[in-house]
Formats: sequence, C-alpha cells, structure tokens
Amino acid sequence: MKVLVPVKRVIDFNVKVRVKADGSGVDLANVKMSMNPFDEIAVEEALRLREKGKANEVVAVSIGPQQASETIRTALAMGADRGIHVKVDGEIEPLAVAKILKTICEVEQPGLVILGKQAIDDDSNQTGQMLAALLGWPQGTFAHKLEIGDGKANVEREIDGGLQTVEVKLPAIVTTDLRLNEPRYASLPNIMKAKKKPIDQKTPAEYGVDVTPRLKVLKVSEPGKRTAGVKLKTATELVGKLKEIGAI
Amino acid sequence: MASLVVAEHDNKSLKEATAKTVTAAAQVSAPVHVLVAGSDCGAVAEAASKLAGVEKVLVADDPLYAKMVAEPMEALILSLAPNYDAILAPATTNGKNYLPRVAARLDVPQVSEIIKVVGPDTFERPIYAGNAIATVQAPAGKKIITVRTTAFKAAESTGNAAIEKATAANDPGASHFVGEELSRSERPELASAKTVISGGRGLGSAENFRILEKIADQLHAALGASRAAVDAGYVPNDYQVGQTGKVVAPELYIAVGISGAIQHLAGMKDSKTIVAINKDEDAPIFQIADYGLVADLFQAIPEIEAELTRLGY
Ligand SMILES: Cc1cc2nc3c(=O)[nH]c(=O)nc-3n(C[C@H](O)[C@H](O)[C@H](O)COP(=O)(O)OP(=O)(O)OC[C@H]3O[C@@H](n4cnc5c(N)ncnc54)[C@H](O)[C@@H]3O)c2cc1C
Ligand SMILES: Nc1ncnc2c1ncn2[C@@H]1O[C@H](COP(=O)(O)O)[C@@H](O)[C@H]1O
Repeated sequence: MKVLVPVKRVIDFNVKVRVKADGSGVDLANVKMSMNPFDEIAVEEALRLREKGKANEVVAVSIGPQQASETIRTALAMGADRGIHVKVDGEIEPLAVAKILKTICEVEQPGLVILGKQAIDDDSNQTGQMLAALLGWPQGTFAHKLEIGDGKANVEREIDGGLQTVEVKLPAIVTTDLRLNEPRYASLPNIMKAKKKPIDQKTPAEYGVDVTPRLKVLKVSEPGKRTAGVKLKTATELVGKLKEIGAI
Repeated sequence: MASLVVAEHDNKSLKEATAKTVTAAAQVSAPVHVLVAGSDCGAVAEAASKLAGVEKVLVADDPLYAKMVAEPMEALILSLAPNYDAILAPATTNGKNYLPRVAARLDVPQVSEIIKVVGPDTFERPIYAGNAIATVQAPAGKKIITVRTTAFKAAESTGNAAIEKATAANDPGASHFVGEELSRSERPELASAKTVISGGRGLGSAENFRILEKIADQLHAALGASRAAVDAGYVPNDYQVGQTGKVVAPELYIAVGISGAIQHLAGMKDSKTIVAINKDEDAPIFQIADYGLVADLFQAIPEIEAELTRLGY
C-alpha cells in the first residue's frame, strides 16, 4: 500500500506572529518557517506503517511556494521515499488544496492519505475532510491511534467527550491529532540521503485546478489585548479578591 | 431563504453549543431551522423547538446518526441543503468532522470558527492561534460555517417551533462506529462551565493533578489542562484547552502550573477573569492574568482550599 502525506510549510509554532500595520495580513518576512507540526505526526505515522510492513511507499506532497520543497526535504529526511511539489505562490485555500490532492490521488492510487488535522496558520481544520468528500472516501479525523486491518482501518479519534473508534474501508483519509505518535528527528545520514531522493515539480494547471482564493480577506487585525493585572501575596488574599469582585 | 443549524447533542440532551449557533445563524440568514440527527433523540428535538428564533426543527431519528459519523451526516445534510442559503454547525469535534465534507461537495469554501457575523456574507475568524483576526467575505452561493460558540450568546428557551420528520439519507456504507471511551464526571462540562480550573506540567503527575479536585468541587468548576499535562498522561485528551483543544471563555479561569504558551492562551484568553498560580514570576501566563500568585502550587492550592472551606464553600 502506498501512503500519501500532504505537508504544509507554515510559520514555526514558536514564533509570535505580528499583524501588518496596513491590515493586509501577518508579517512573514524573515520569520522561521517549519513543517506544520500535525504533518510531522502524519509523516511519522506513515513511516511506522512502512516499518511494520503495512505500507511500501511514503510520498510527501506540498503545495506552496519554492521553499515548500524544503518542507518536502524534511519529510524525505525523516524517511519518506519521494516528493511531489505543486508550486503555488500566495495564499491557497483548503478547498483548492483538496482538489489538487484529489487529482494526485487519482494518479497515485494511495491506500491511505494521512494529513494533519489542522494547519497552525489558517487554523481551518478542513482539508482532509474535503479531500475525503471529493474522493467519496471515508475518514478518520483527529486520530489518536491507527490500526490497519485487511482492507479496512480502525481509527481511534480524539473527540470532545473522550475517545471514539470508527472503522473505515480503505482507501481512506486519516487526519492526525497530537497524541498519535512522537515524530522522529532526521539523522544526519538521512538528511544527506534525502538530498538524492526525487521531488516531482508540478503546477496547479497540470491538475486543472484554479487556486484563486474564493474567500476574500477584507482585513487582518490585532485581537483585543489583555494586560497584566496585579500580583497578590497570599492564597488568602487571592480568595478574598475573587470574592470581592464576585468571581466566586 | 433560511439557515440550517446542525444540532450538537448526545441523543438525550441538547448541548448549549446549539443555542449559541442559532444566535449566529439568525444573524446570517433568518428564519433558522435546526436539524437534529440522532437516534431516539425526541427529547433533543423538543429542546431545540424551544429555542427562540427557531422556526422549524427537522428530526432525522435513525440509528445511522446515533454517533454522528461523518459520511452519513454528509449525505443527510446534502439532501437538505437545497432549501438553505446557509448551513451552520458549532465548531465541536462533530461539526469539524462532517461540515467540511458538505462544503466540498457543494464546491464552496467553509468559513471555520467564526467569532462575529459582520454581515450576511462577512465574518470574523481567528487565525494563527488567535494572534490575528481575519475579516473574510464569502463568495455568492451557500455559506458553510462553523461557529466558535464562546463568541455568541445562547438563544433563550422561549420559542415554540414546529417539529417535522426528516427522511434519513442512504448510508454510504464505508464507515461505522465501533466504540467509545467517554470521560465521566459529575462536574460541569468544560465547554460551558462558569468556572474552569486547569492544570499544567507543574502538577507533575496524574496523582498530583487530583489536588485540584477539591477546589473544583467547592467552586462547581470544570477541570481543564494544558497539552503538556495531557501528553504526560495526567488527564485524558478531552481536558486539553487551547488552539488545538477546546476553546473556553468562563467567568473565571484559574491556570495552575501552566506557563502560558500561545497555543494555550488561544483557548482561554477570552475568559472574564483569569487567575494564574505559578512559581516562576516571569511565566508568560502572568502577562494576561488579572490576578497572579507567585507560589508553589503544592502550598497555594491547600491554602486556597482551606480558605474556601472557612468561607463556607
Ligand atoms: C501544534 C501544537 C499545538 C498545541 N496545542 C496546544 C493546546 O491546544 N493547548 C496547550 O495547552 N498547549 C498546546 N501546545 C503546547 C504548547 O506549546 C506548550 O508546550 C504547552 O502549553 C505547555 O504546557 P504547560 O504550560 O503545562 O507546561 P510548561 O510550559 O512546562 O510549564 C509548566 C509551568 O509550571 C510551573 N511550575 C512547575 N512546578 C510548579 C509548582 N510546584 N508550583 C507552581 N508552578 C509550577 C513552571 O514554572 C512552568 O511555568 C501545542 C503545541 C503545538 C506544537
Ligand atoms: N498547502 C498545503 N500543502 C500540503 N498539505 C496541505 C496544505 N494545506 C493543508 N494541507 C494539509 O491539510 C491539513 C489541514 O490543513 P487545514 O485544513 O488548512 O487546517 C494540513 O495539516 C496538511 O496535512
């Protein structure tokens, strides 16, 4: 079985983002960019399936600017076999990403696609579900545990009330949650090896997908700010204060 | 036309998230209809029919919908979609699971986790863990929206809508529910509690985490946690508050042994009053806390408990 893993290049999770003064977006100039953390978990899960003999090839796909190929290299250094880079400059929405991925799935015929549950820049939490619907495939989102069986998979999911398990027929879509695994670091030899692994260069036009954003961003603004309050000296003083303001 | 709100419930009771989504829906496109998809969910439909602003409740009562599995939910909502110009669901793990499928099949973008309805096609939504707010305009066509429920008031239960049966759609048959392991608690639900006490890595172990239980009971609070506390196995995953966990906005939020990473703040910074207890006076959590206590939690928590007891809590 082939496993496809879409990986997105996003602002590093440790960076404090700044909103541009003209309200046109956030300032991405000279900030550290990384692979979306949920996608690292997705790559790790795919590699573990290959190591367990449940998968025989792991293909990393990224849709984005020139530098998105670095994100693919990161996946290759972790152990993915090859990459597909679909070059797009500027914002691209989940629906357009899903349409490109759908066409890639038709060509590559993976048995499983593992995505992150959410990109930490747009916080959309849509792409995997949209891809599943476009392909008419079932999904196991927010995966906590994944077990591949014969022509099917059991996905234990992190839900609001706890954990839920669904069985899906393969091919299927899985999206990762934080507890699915702990992604490995790429070793130096593997980083060197990754340089020789192939990355196909593609364009959205080759897939016949129009990537023009459909949602118009009218402005991007700063959220309301909270300011530091007072420090109290004792627990008793704290309780007194909370009582005084009617919070308890 | 009208808007359709997909109800959040557990087949027995209607969740407050639904009443809040109804408020958002009424601002997008009135009248509002509510779809209750479930199994043996008559009481839920009853409760939905009482929500102010709701004109009609559609009930799809079928075992197929008992656990709101995404694929049958997609088919059901799509079968009703032609009658509506907006379809909304709360941004719960259910809503996030099925609604993007509907958007993709209708070939429209989904607007995720709106916090404000600016106009019928214009919404505010947080991006970058709430460090920026985007105002977005949806294209002509159906609006598919998930709602961050902490940002909207719940519709009151003063209405009296008609209840109608909705025909179940076909089962796509590619998936089914196998089982679940739900956290049980006598405490209020994290998403809707008036007071929340959350613990972080500072608690040190699952056993130590229980030190928070007594004050949680005294204050009728829900318990929450940081990702670090969940990852370390102190508490189950559904306790996680933050960018990628639950978003809460209670009257009072008490963060104990939590440093205040942006991903955590994203899930609680709209709380009315924030209290932080941390032994590191430079912990970032103090920058947004209304009241801070620089102390060892293992000393401070028993003191707070004793003081509350003395005051009759
Ligand atoms: C993709 C992604 C998503 C994430 N999503 C979330 C999310 O949704 N929610 C979330 O919370 N995090 C999330 N995180 C993790 C986040 O970045 C932080 O790592 C996490 O919030 C830290 O948890 P913490 O504050 O409990 O631990 P730490 O940062 O380790 O802080 C522990 C604090 O406890 C204090 N302390 C220790 N002992 C004591 C004591 N005895 N008394 C008093 N204070 C004490 C310390 O001074 C310290 O400030 C996410 C990260 C990533 C990469
Ligand atoms: N531009 C992209 N390139 C590759 N994968 C993507 C891209 N955008 C989204 N994804 C995948 O979809 C997941 C969810 O993203 P989102 O729906 O934007 O929150 C991510 O974790 C990725 O796995």
